[in-house]
Amino acid sequence: MKKIIVILLIALVPFSSCNKEKSKKEQTINYQCPMQCEGDKTYQELGSCPVCKMDLKPITYDHSHKMESTEISETSIFNLTSKWKTEENETIELRDLKGKTLVMVMIYTSCKAACPRLVADMRNIEKKIPDNVKNQVHYIMISIDPETDTPERLKSFAIENQMNGEQWTFLQGDMNSVREFANVLAVKYKQISPMDFSHSNIISVFNPQGELLHQQEGLGVDNNQTITKIIESTK
Amino acid sequence: MSTFSRLIICIVFLSGIDMNCQSEMVEIKGGTYIPLYGRDSMQVTINDFQMDVYPVTNEEFLAFVIKNPRWKKSRVKKIFADENYLHQWKTDTTFGDTQSLKAPITDISWFAANDYCECQGKRLPTIDEWEYAAMSNEKLPDARYLKAYNEYILSWYEKPKTFNNEIGSTFKNYWGVYDLHGLVWEWTYDFNSVLISGESRKDVDNDSNLFCGTAAIGATDLMNYAAFMRYAIRGSVKANYAIKNLGFRCVKDK
Repeated sequence: MKKIIVILLIALVPFSSCNKEKSKKEQTINYQCPMQCEGDKTYQELGSCPVCKMDLKPITYDHSHKMESTEISETSIFNLTSKWKTEENETIELRDLKGKTLVMVMIYTSCKAACPRLVADMRNIEKKIPDNVKNQVHYIMISIDPETDTPERLKSFAIENQMNGEQWTFLQGDMNSVREFANVLAVKYKQISPMDFSHSNIISVFNPQGELLHQQEGLGVDNNQTITKIIESTK
Repeated sequence: MSTFSRLIICIVFLSGIDMNCQSEMVEIKGGTYIPLYGRDSMQVTINDFQMDVYPVTNEEFLAFVIKNPRWKKSRVKKIFADENYLHQWKTDTTFGDTQSLKAPITDISWFAANDYCECQGKRLPTIDEWEYAAMSNEKLPDARYLKAYNEYILSWYEKPKTFNNEIGSTFKNYWGVYDLHGLVWEWTYDFNSVLISGESRKDVDNDSNLFCGTAAIGATDLMNYAAFMRYAIRGSVKANYAIKNLGFRCVKDK
């Protein structure tokens, strides 16, 4: 009898709902008096303010607070929860990159046509960043060919291209996370043969909170505006 | 009756309900065909897969939103859906007056559609899979050369507000799938792989994308024209767009 129950329970598993919801966030909705009669005091449950009797308001919805809080904004790429592997074989989420200006590009290492030039464009940008802000900028290369571009391969590509300094990070995702990230950047790509992809040539700049500041489109284009945006974002 | 058997009956009953929540799917037998925009070899091979018989409905999407509050209209992050997301819904959980429970869900972004399918243990169809399933009519797996088939699709493209119609109100195709044409446009997994004119992003941010269509007027046959319209739309949208005649359905590997 017990066996049957176990089997039935197992059979049920695939039908259970998807619980990707970040339950932590759900639990931490705090309420606060809209007049802030008690300063920054918050409550865990709905109710009224003991001083002015106004209804407490949930403060997570109040986006004017976002500047001070560690919460990420609605347009930040740190909202993506996918996991990535770096060329050092460490597993990270995008939010682990928080705190520095991010310059990002999507490439694949077996690419013979556009990627070497995109990589060169990235190096040229890096060279032009003044020394006093250099350590506030992080350059991220994301592979659109996660099957071929393993951490080992990305590592050797980094060394070959003299991009193995700390400011460079290469990321391997999976089919889904790469497609999702490309969608965030509005980068288009398509595998056109087992070896080759065609893709948009876009370098994107994000501020330290992960919000898109600027996109440089095309190959070998004038990068002055990109440089200016990067420097501005570090201030 | 022992507690055990009562428990079992209860579990069976509950699982029955759960199974009903999973929308009906049919098998699409794989094969080889030439899509409008293919890979290097022109021919594309599709593996066997299962496809939802109907597009996802308002009712089904509401259940999903209730289970996954991050997709509520008031909670959704802008990076995942623009301001048109669930535009017609009155609140987080109530539809607009003209919206029927059984009408296809629209005004949803690619991110929402993608997550919905993932949560059902399914995925969005690729462009090639969608086009493969959609080239059939009632009788033939590939009806693209038939004039009537193409005229039907093109005449739908001219009809306004078909997104208010209920699912199942168009024809059942060769595979047993309804509404691939005639109700709403549908998101595909890799819609962002359409590179119609290489780097074409500059001219796609407004209605000027409609001018893409004029390039196709020169195309000699209607079959290409209808498909071109679909590819042009895919090439012009971004993943956080929510559009009132763009819905979706899910597929699953066999």
